[in-house]
Amino acid sequence: MVNSHSSSILETRNLNIYYGEKKVIRNVSLKVPKRTVTAMIGPSGCGKSTLLRTFNRMNDFIDIFRFEGEVLFEGTDIYRSKTDVTEFRRRVGMVFQKPNPFTSSIAKNITWGPQINGYRGDLNELVESSLRKAALWDEVKDKLNDSGLALSGGQQQRLCIARAIAMDPEVILMDEPCSALDPQSTLAIEDLIHELKQNYTIVIVTHNMQQAARVSEFTAFLYNGDLIEFDETSKIFSHPAEKLTRDYIVGRFG
Amino acid sequence: MSQIEGTVDNPKRALREQDRSMPDKENRAIFAVNAQRRKLKEQVFYYLIFLATLSALFVLVYLIGSIFSDGWPYLNWDFLTNFPSRFPAKAGFKSAIYGTAWLGCLTLFFSVLFGVGSAVYLQELSAKGRLSSGIELSIATLAGVPSIIYGMLGLGIFVRFLALGRSVLAGALTLSLLILPVIIIASREALKSVPDSIRMGAFALGATRWQTVRDHVLPAAIPGIATGVILAMARSIGEAAPLILLGALTYIAFVPESVFDSFTAMPIQIFNWASRPQAQFHDLAAAGIIVLLGFLLICNSAAIILRSRWRAK
Amino acid sequence: MSSKSQLWAKVSPWQRWREELVLRALFICALISVFTTLGIIYILFGESLQFFAHVSPLDFFFGREWAPMFEPRSFGVLPLVSGTMLIAVGALVIALPLGVGIAIYTAEYATGRWQKILKPTLEILAGIPSVVYGYFALNKITPLLQAIYPDTEVFNAASASLVIAIMILPTIASICDDSIRAVPKAVRDGAYALGTRKSEVIAHIVVPSALSGILASFILAFSRAIGETMAVTLAAGATPKLTLNPFEGVQAMTAYIAQVSMGDVSHGSIEYQSIFAVGLVLFLMTLGMNLLSQFIVKRYARKYE
Repeated sequence: MVNSHSSSILETRNLNIYYGEKKVIRNVSLKVPKRTVTAMIGPSGCGKSTLLRTFNRMNDFIDIFRFEGEVLFEGTDIYRSKTDVTEFRRRVGMVFQKPNPFTSSIAKNITWGPQINGYRGDLNELVESSLRKAALWDEVKDKLNDSGLALSGGQQQRLCIARAIAMDPEVILMDEPCSALDPQSTLAIEDLIHELKQNYTIVIVTHNMQQAARVSEFTAFLYNGDLIEFDETSKIFSHPAEKLTRDYIVGRFG
Repeated sequence: MSQIEGTVDNPKRALREQDRSMPDKENRAIFAVNAQRRKLKEQVFYYLIFLATLSALFVLVYLIGSIFSDGWPYLNWDFLTNFPSRFPAKAGFKSAIYGTAWLGCLTLFFSVLFGVGSAVYLQELSAKGRLSSGIELSIATLAGVPSIIYGMLGLGIFVRFLALGRSVLAGALTLSLLILPVIIIASREALKSVPDSIRMGAFALGATRWQTVRDHVLPAAIPGIATGVILAMARSIGEAAPLILLGALTYIAFVPESVFDSFTAMPIQIFNWASRPQAQFHDLAAAGIIVLLGFLLICNSAAIILRSRWRAK
Repeated sequence: MSSKSQLWAKVSPWQRWREELVLRALFICALISVFTTLGIIYILFGESLQFFAHVSPLDFFFGREWAPMFEPRSFGVLPLVSGTMLIAVGALVIALPLGVGIAIYTAEYATGRWQKILKPTLEILAGIPSVVYGYFALNKITPLLQAIYPDTEVFNAASASLVIAIMILPTIASICDDSIRAVPKAVRDGAYALGTRKSEVIAHIVVPSALSGILASFILAFSRAIGETMAVTLAAGATPKLTLNPFEGVQAMTAYIAQVSMGDVSHGSIEYQSIFAVGLVLFLMTLGMNLLSQFIVKRYARKYE
């Protein structure tokens, strides 16, 4: 498959995930290449979000979560390493399905993460550069002290992306970032993703196949907890190797 | 036995047969008679429960009204600034007001510290386990313990064991324990209503649990917590039973100057006046009640305003 | 990239230590509830044990005379228990139909304006301190009773019952209201579709479906009535007596405890210890009832989910 490509930043090896007795991810081995956009698609309940959340250990908050196998970030096993989990979460940012800005001001939304993680640089500079990278600066530069909740849904989501960027992460995980947004805002976010892949590795979960085709270079298709196929997006959408992938892409189920 | 069944069964069967044989018109007539009776029953039922409801309203109006008519003439500046006296004309409420203010401030401090602390621990930080369920069990138990028993606890632990004596501090600690379950339960509800997406957003930025709670969850829950705290405080201000157990005194002609001074409180003074045989003291009690209800009204209005603001958000 | 990462401090041991300290402190806060519960049990049992060193439990639990102050002393708790029960049962008999009636009205009939009046009314009734109710019972209810029935004593169980009925009314009404509202619409619709009237639906369908909540509210209210102190001390008096006549004065358990602690009783004396023995009986009774009501709620609450 894609093992020959440029060096990988995230990797799972023989990963099995259980929620209680239920096995939700079966023996998935996957390498996410650096500075690319990788999309994860599949019908709802296929485990794509679960898989995404192992990359920054957000599954830790689910009581019944259990796993076998390895999850590597730049070659380090993030579940077994002695390094603090908060350190990994700083370097692997995340954007959620529904925009979830903090109730504080726009500026505070950006600076809080860096502050608690001991950022020593200039915070005002950081606010501006992060908002610029998230293509939000021009819209909010005059109201940095307004509540983050006062923004529109699409702006809130870009604020959340800016918040993630401010942490200077190497990877940004996006869990259906456009599912709660209107088409206009979706377009803005997709443009942003194109910009961001110059500097970051992006893994995006989406149930929208067109979106996967538009934004990603690589696509993983999951079905019922199995990784059915992982390849270049162009190949997945034109000549999928598996019949199941083809059926899903032409809309026969899902 | 079979005969009895038969007699019970027979009329039914007869009725059924009658039904079948009866022309439609007559059948409708039967329903119509029945409908009238049912309509009457419906109205009686409605007025009965409406009367029950009115009775509550009436009691409240009468209670407040009679207390005001008894106590209002006695409510003047002297009453508020005099110390208690053997002579009704000279007796005042000053030491009781000061005592309640002292108790209220200290109780607020302890109960918020311990109550919100435990709520945060139980709702945000604890792992589900035997210890947590033990803590929850004791909170549920404490919520139903009569207030006079808290007084016995305070007498045994604070007054005697910790040798705080009959002091304001002992009283405030006892009242704090009394309202602790209320504050814990209300604070947990407020924390529960903070959406999880806020927590997840913070964790994803590499925050620890405490950082997340301190900077995002707790600030979002504060209006709800404050509402619960105020209502709990209103309850503690009106409590007399535990303070009687602690030996709060009634004839105190001074105001507390430190937490180790002895004290009286509004409900204690009211109780003392109400239990005296002379009618004039009863009217003084009514005047005291007006002051106490005034305090409670302020508390409750604050809670209502907070609650409506919070809902609007 | 590597130069940029110098801007980020590593998590220092000091920071971790501080976080740990905060967690420990909060944990200790949470433990206070456990210590309070244990403290209550320890105090009540500890002092009671000393009491039972002087008075046989048999005499205490089955004795029919309570005379702790005068010689010959007698420590039979039954008159106190019966005084409490007379008052509490009386209160429940009055509050029960009223409370359920109010709950039905607020949940099923009341429209905007009434809703706006009733909820605060009940909240205010619930928020009035019990010493105020005691004053009300002694100064307003008792004269009223004496006007109706002249043999009524100045201190009597009936006025205490009446005033406690008012106090527990909000508890009953609000819990019943909740459980009536919890009966799903589909259940009512099924009945309405048969052409039943509203009162019939309420009496035959809604109230039976909400019965567990209603029952739980009674038990909870009963436990409140038993634990109530100031109103019974002021209104019912201080004469321990085995009687069923509500117009006589009786002494409730709580009133005895209050009476002793207002007097000058020295620590370690038998009177001092006796209040803890009575307190233990009170504690066990209320605890039992609270557990029962919790059990009922847990057992039946999830019926519709």
